[in-house]
Amino acid sequence: MTPALFIAFGAMLVIASLMVILHRNPVTSALFLVVAFCSLAAIYLLLHAEFLAMVQVIVYAGAIMVLFLFVVMYLNLKHDVEHGIHLALRRGAGWILGGVLLSEALWFFGRHWAAGPLAPEEAMATAGNTEAIGRVLYTRYLFPFEITSMLLLVAMVGAVVIAKGRGPHVERGRPPQGASGAPAAPADRQETA
Amino acid sequence: MAAIWSNPDFQFVLWAMVKIVVILFTMLTVVSYMIYAERKIAGHMQARVGPNRVGPLGLLQPAADVAKLFFKEEFTPEGANKVVFTIAPMMAVIPALVTFSVIPFGPQDAFRVTDVNVGLLVFLAMSSLGVYAITLGGWSSNNKYALLGGLRSSAQMISYELAMGLSCIPVLLFAGSLSLMEITRMQGHWWFVATPFGMLAFMIFMITALAETNRAPFDLPEAEAELVAGFHTEYSSMKFGLFFLGEFANVITISCIAVVLFLGGWNGPWLPEALKFLWFFAKLGVLLFFFIWIRWTFPRLRYDQLMNLGWKVLLPVALGNILLTSAYLWWRAQG
Repeated sequence: MTPALFIAFGAMLVIASLMVILHRNPVTSALFLVVAFCSLAAIYLLLHAEFLAMVQVIVYAGAIMVLFLFVVMYLNLKHDVEHGIHLALRRGAGWILGGVLLSEALWFFGRHWAAGPLAPEEAMATAGNTEAIGRVLYTRYLFPFEITSMLLLVAMVGAVVIAKGRGPHVERGRPPQGASGAPAAPADRQETA
Repeated sequence: MAAIWSNPDFQFVLWAMVKIVVILFTMLTVVSYMIYAERKIAGHMQARVGPNRVGPLGLLQPAADVAKLFFKEEFTPEGANKVVFTIAPMMAVIPALVTFSVIPFGPQDAFRVTDVNVGLLVFLAMSSLGVYAITLGGWSSNNKYALLGGLRSSAQMISYELAMGLSCIPVLLFAGSLSLMEITRMQGHWWFVATPFGMLAFMIFMITALAETNRAPFDLPEAEAELVAGFHTEYSSMKFGLFFLGEFANVITISCIAVVLFLGGWNGPWLPEALKFLWFFAKLGVLLFFFIWIRWTFPRLRYDQLMNLGWKVLLPVALGNILLTSAYLWWRAQG
């Protein structure tokens, strides 16, 4: 049954990914990206990577894409129509990069086209791969892991600073109790927008 | 023909299908009678009687409501994004139903669909998908009230999801597993809610649960006094019915998870092993009453109060709780 499920989800992933770049309505594209993430999560499940599958849905489909959709929807983007030199440049860059990627892919497939086993036969122990990932993350990869979290923190502080703006505190005409702190700032702006 | 019946794949699929159908119909019944209970309890809290016309004590009221919804006119506003407008109500119900596949209702195999070792993450993943229904429904209606409702709800649900996820972590630290079955077994003698850390985590979880399901006092996405009906202003007939169903299904799902994480799941005294599942449903009933009780007791929060509560109170407290729990567990391990 596993190969059949793999083919079904694989086909769904390929079609959804193609629709992401081919559809002209940005909201529809974003929704197809959500479908693509979910089918990718299903493929992870078939490979017994349950933790990765669920994190894929929580982080990408549940958090990042919601914010994407949020921005796309409320910027009220119409169908993308572009003219002139920008379009030509972008088209050219797209063709060149696509060509490079295609030739790379062909080269790799030509050299070793040996697919691994579809699903690893040795099922993980009952503790599962959550424990394995946690162990590796906090021993072998502790330094990169912590550095990544620092990087995210810096990005977050930067975003708050930019959102708040420089100079004296700007009164936003809201009730006095709600003198908003840093994290609430983006949401407040959305409300008043 | 006999070969098909003895095929293990086929048996697996058939058995799963049977359980899914049973859960689906139980869920629909529970939802319709929860709506009845809500109206009845609301009535008594406001010195009224509540529905009492259809059937004895008004017990057939849910059936009448559903029939009414089915026969109403199906209306799609002009300028709405038709496809998204249709998908949104489905997205309200599906995540809540998917979560039921990992909830252990009783100690026997027959009382759960599956026991994956990331059960809690399945719940968090599905609750994070729930926000799409309201955002998309609000946006695709091409209506300013609906848009404002959808906008509010996205911000609200993303904010409270964080505190909810963090409030589950002390339980994981105690249980050492993400499997809901394993978490229930760990509470055989001592429910997590009876420990100080568990109590605090339970309180945070219940507050965020109210916000995640858009129930009063956190029902800003619909706020009828300011936004007409919020994100579902333009929905009619069974599409509106699906949003309604989704809200109540989410309440039931989240209460089930609270029972498993904090109230010991099917663990309880006196009953024999085969009837343990009754404990689960008794606890579930208490939590569902709690949801209704809160709704008719507290007034709605203002938007900035909501954001302050989420980011400045619940999130730091949940983080502190994780630190305290880890410190306690480390101290205990040291002897």
